Amino acid sequence: MSYQGKKNIPKITSDRLLIKGGRIVNDDQSFHADIYMEDGLIKQIGDNLIVPGGVKTIEANGKMVIPGGIDIHTHFQMPYRGTTTVDDFNQGSKAALAGGTTMIVDHVIPEPGTSLMEAYDQWRQWADEKTCCDYSLHVDITHWNDSVKQEVDNLVKEKGVNSFHVYMAYKDYYQMSNSELYEVFTFLAERGGIAQVHAENGEIIAEEQARMLQMGITGPEGHVLSRPEELEAEAVFRAITIASQTNCPLYVTRVMSKSAADIISQARKKGNVVFGEPITASLGTDGTHYWSKNWAKAASFVTSPPLSPDPTTPDYLNTLLSSGDLSVTGSAHCTFSVAQKAIGKDDFTQIPEGVNGVEERMALIWDKAVTTGKMDENMFVAVTSTNAAKILNLYPRKGRIAVGSDADLVIWDTDSIRTITAKTHNSAAEYNVFEGMELRGAPLVVICQGKIVLEDGNLHATSGVGRFIPCSPFPDFAYKRVKARKQLAVLRAVPRGMYDGPVSEFSMSRGGTPSASARTSPTKQPVRNLHQSGFSLAGNPAPCGPPTPDEVPIRPAGRRIVVPPGGRSNITSLS
Amino acid sequence: MSGYQGKKNIPRITSDRLLIKGAKIVNDDQSFMADIYMEDGVIKQIGDNLIVPGGVKIIEAHGRMVMPGGIDVHTRFQMPDRGMVAADDFYQGTRAALAGGTTMIIDHVVPEPGVSLVAAFKQWREWADSKSCCDYSLHVDITEWNKGTQEEMETLVKDHGVNSFLVYLAYKDVFQLSDCQIYEVFSVIRDLGAIAQVHAENGDIIAEEQRRILELGITGPEGHVLSRPEEVEAEAVNRSVTIANQTNCPLYITKVMSKSAADVIALARKRGAVVYGEPISASLGTDGTHYWSKNWAKAAAFVTSPPLSPDPTTPDYLNSLLSCGDLQVTGSAHCTFQTSQRAVGKDNFTLIPEGTNGTEERMSLIWDKCVVTGKMDENQFVSVTSTNAAKVFNLFPRKGRIAVGSDADLVLWDPDITKIISAKSHNLAVEYNIFEGTEVRGGPLVVISQGKIVLEEGSLHTTEGCGRYISRKPFPDHVYKRIKARSRLTELRGVPRGQYDGPVCEVTVTPKVISTVSSVKTSPAKQQQQQQFTPQPVRNLHQSGFSLSGAQIDDNVPRRTTQRIVAPPGGKANITSLG
Repeated sequence: MSYQGKKNIPKITSDRLLIKGGRIVNDDQSFHADIYMEDGLIKQIGDNLIVPGGVKTIEANGKMVIPGGIDIHTHFQMPYRGTTTVDDFNQGSKAALAGGTTMIVDHVIPEPGTSLMEAYDQWRQWADEKTCCDYSLHVDITHWNDSVKQEVDNLVKEKGVNSFHVYMAYKDYYQMSNSELYEVFTFLAERGGIAQVHAENGEIIAEEQARMLQMGITGPEGHVLSRPEELEAEAVFRAITIASQTNCPLYVTRVMSKSAADIISQARKKGNVVFGEPITASLGTDGTHYWSKNWAKAASFVTSPPLSPDPTTPDYLNTLLSSGDLSVTGSAHCTFSVAQKAIGKDDFTQIPEGVNGVEERMALIWDKAVTTGKMDENMFVAVTSTNAAKILNLYPRKGRIAVGSDADLVIWDTDSIRTITAKTHNSAAEYNVFEGMELRGAPLVVICQGKIVLEDGNLHATSGVGRFIPCSPFPDFAYKRVKARKQLAVLRAVPRGMYDGPVSEFSMSRGGTPSASARTSPTKQPVRNLHQSGFSLAGNPAPCGPPTPDEVPIRPAGRRIVVPPGGRSNITSLS
Repeated sequence: MSGYQGKKNIPRITSDRLLIKGAKIVNDDQSFMADIYMEDGVIKQIGDNLIVPGGVKIIEAHGRMVMPGGIDVHTRFQMPDRGMVAADDFYQGTRAALAGGTTMIIDHVVPEPGVSLVAAFKQWREWADSKSCCDYSLHVDITEWNKGTQEEMETLVKDHGVNSFLVYLAYKDVFQLSDCQIYEVFSVIRDLGAIAQVHAENGDIIAEEQRRILELGITGPEGHVLSRPEEVEAEAVNRSVTIANQTNCPLYITKVMSKSAADVIALARKRGAVVYGEPISASLGTDGTHYWSKNWAKAAAFVTSPPLSPDPTTPDYLNSLLSCGDLQVTGSAHCTFQTSQRAVGKDNFTLIPEGTNGTEERMSLIWDKCVVTGKMDENQFVSVTSTNAAKVFNLFPRKGRIAVGSDADLVLWDPDITKIISAKSHNLAVEYNIFEGTEVRGGPLVVISQGKIVLEEGSLHTTEGCGRYISRKPFPDHVYKRIKARSRLTELRGVPRGQYDGPVCEVTVTPKVISTVSSVKTSPAKQQQQQQFTPQPVRNLHQSGFSLSGAQIDDNVPRRTTQRIVAPPGGKANITSLG
């Protein structure tokens, strides 16, 4: 409870706040009550609270009070080939607060080959200086070896990071092979981390990009043409397979297409522990704009995976979000100026990627999903805040209005209507991908760390007050199931008499022939090679069993396998 | 349709003339009563009251079904493996095939990585020509990928009558190709008009799992199936469907062994992908529970990849999908090893040579599991055992149909025979039969191959070496009609835009060191390409000083045809800088 450390420091009165007459909306229920906050924490909830005198009181007049949003995916101040994204931690977190989001989780992206720890420290420094709201960090694993493994271990144990992101795209740069993914996932499953993936098949994208350029397609439409949604779905499928093999909880960032979302919902139906994150852009707009004749406009939509050119996609994703098949929402906010995007004016593969969305996320989901009746206000809280807090293991500190939770609250006005435009938004980018969209629902008052940061349309954010919130490993939300499965998934060998029949001669040399030298991949060092030890096992009933063969059940217990052994008795040679 | 009738003018002995009287002819589309007259290995007449030469041998069918001989699309006879050779050679294997009612097999040529495809192909031709008792053809496996391979594939298609190539997604560090390579192979295959076959399993994950299982001390055959869970098969099927869609290449999945892999195929077909699935005798007839047998030799006899599913409801499920058309063709993947050969892996399951029997049992098994149970009718039976294979591999209507001019490969089928499959009575060289003890209803009464009776009254009369190599032309209609139509539609066009003339951010060009997202996207493969191509994009507005406001040369060209994309351009006007 280190975050309560400020308790004993005398506070100015403005840290004491009372919200009267609000309707508290959590992910499980809504009820009318007053909320009293002090020192950034919720102290009391109920009617007729006894509070000190001189407390600032906000009259909610029956309006909804919801836990502040958690934007689980941002890229503020991201370095890119010597420049940085236009929204730094100050600008970005301001925009977040303006939209009703009171916590962001940013991605640390170490250059391949460089230290994860150094990158983490760098990001911490940037964010501590400038953030206006609480934040946490994901760390991207851009290469894999033993020292990275060690660093991941340290980050989990000492630095409060419980989620790591790997890339299946960006060939020859960030991309990891299936074997590496397997190892990363295995390691994360042991340490209690969440494996996040950027799911796109980088190999095929590289081929398709070459083909597009060869055909003379150099504009932003080439971006989406070279990254068809199938490639996203394929990678999602593969990531799920590997995660399920390694019994590691999986989190798919940026679900942009129907087919990718379908794969996730299918996997969840089969019982996989997998979470899908649609982003503001995929929930709010589509990829038809890549064909805009205005290059700058088309380029502002460039992000990966791309927005789907199918205009029915946003509605579909909102439906899956409402039904619980997709679990959390982020913005993947990563904005570049037009001049920066113009780096790729003659070659779409050079356009820096990313769209805005941190400010619009809450209002957009409210408009697309709640006003249309797809979800109710409680579900809205779940997908914008609570589920994210659970995955990050921050629940109930974040993502819930309860005594003892952080005083990050939003008074939500369901009737306000506003039109999104780059002219009024809080981001530094010239383009807004939601330009001209009219959204119903907006924050009326935003309270962050117990202080009012948005009131009457005015933002009072303070740079640098944002605290780093450490996330601990093994979040219950994901790991309860994983742990239970781990106990079941113990594999056992069949105790057999030793085979004592004839054995053919064969050559182990590669020149010898096909299918089996095949299977002897270099990685494989059989742990107990009975052949090399001179030890004879005749008469020993269990040459290959685990240490205590007598207690071993004959059937392997786990893995959803229905396994009646077909064998009859302990025949050791041919009858 | 005349090359194979070349033997016409050579005088023949009378046994080459055959008349089947009173048969119920069963094709894939209909059944009808008629007599069939054959001469010189070709069906000459079909009808009633045929006028035929005297002294012709007559078979009385008594109203029984006569159907096109089976085509086993997947065999691996005489396959070399680390100095050993599969127990059934082309003689033994084709004999077993004929005994089961299969009159044509398609074998896989497996070149060692590093060995020329054509050389391997010739080697296989030599083996098969000297021993095969029935007509055969050959698939060629692509076990590595380089420039020479592409030329060899062209040679094989153009000069050697090969129209199908298999790639492996498994067998890491030996046969396995990367996604990139598969993309390139598929592109070549599509241009050549061939069929891309895949062995679909994720080899990377398998390698990791094998290591883990061995570390756990599991060394017996159960480790084989534990290290290759069916998810890993489904994943690879899904990936290959994706790559095939991307390259607009027809895809053929060999050895569909699990429910989830079959489901992926069914789903892909519903979405319009040109993909075919091949379950094999083993996956249709038995399951993977036997890997846990305490008899090592028995457990090892079931080792094949992808493994048989330990879920005992799998065979029934696959038979249902086969019946409803979601899976189309059946093979046996017949590749048998003696127990002593299997015993090479007695202390390490990863060394057990892989493969199961099934060429002899295939037809009867499917009849028993599908037709007797009412899942499919006799016509559909003909489709999945013969006609579809002939269509996919461009052998139709020479094979896979009873019609005038087709090859005289026929089977007189008795739906009432019951038989218990056993290693004691099968026509194979191996000690174990994975279907041991299975009672099947339905079997061939008479088998006619190349117009000659090879099975009659339970006895086989095969001739070693009489099997002909059947060459197959590229661009089979059954497959390529759709592919061709699609390739016309998928032409992509860029958006004609005014030149961007706004500010451009300076970037440091040392790509790797500086940073993130996009130098990424310049893979080495692509950098080469870019060097080659970007200098002359079709219309590089930037390099020509030419201004494009006003009429364009391509204004008459429709803007976006393309790629199943619903793409109304969001743009308003030809704004070239920020408004």
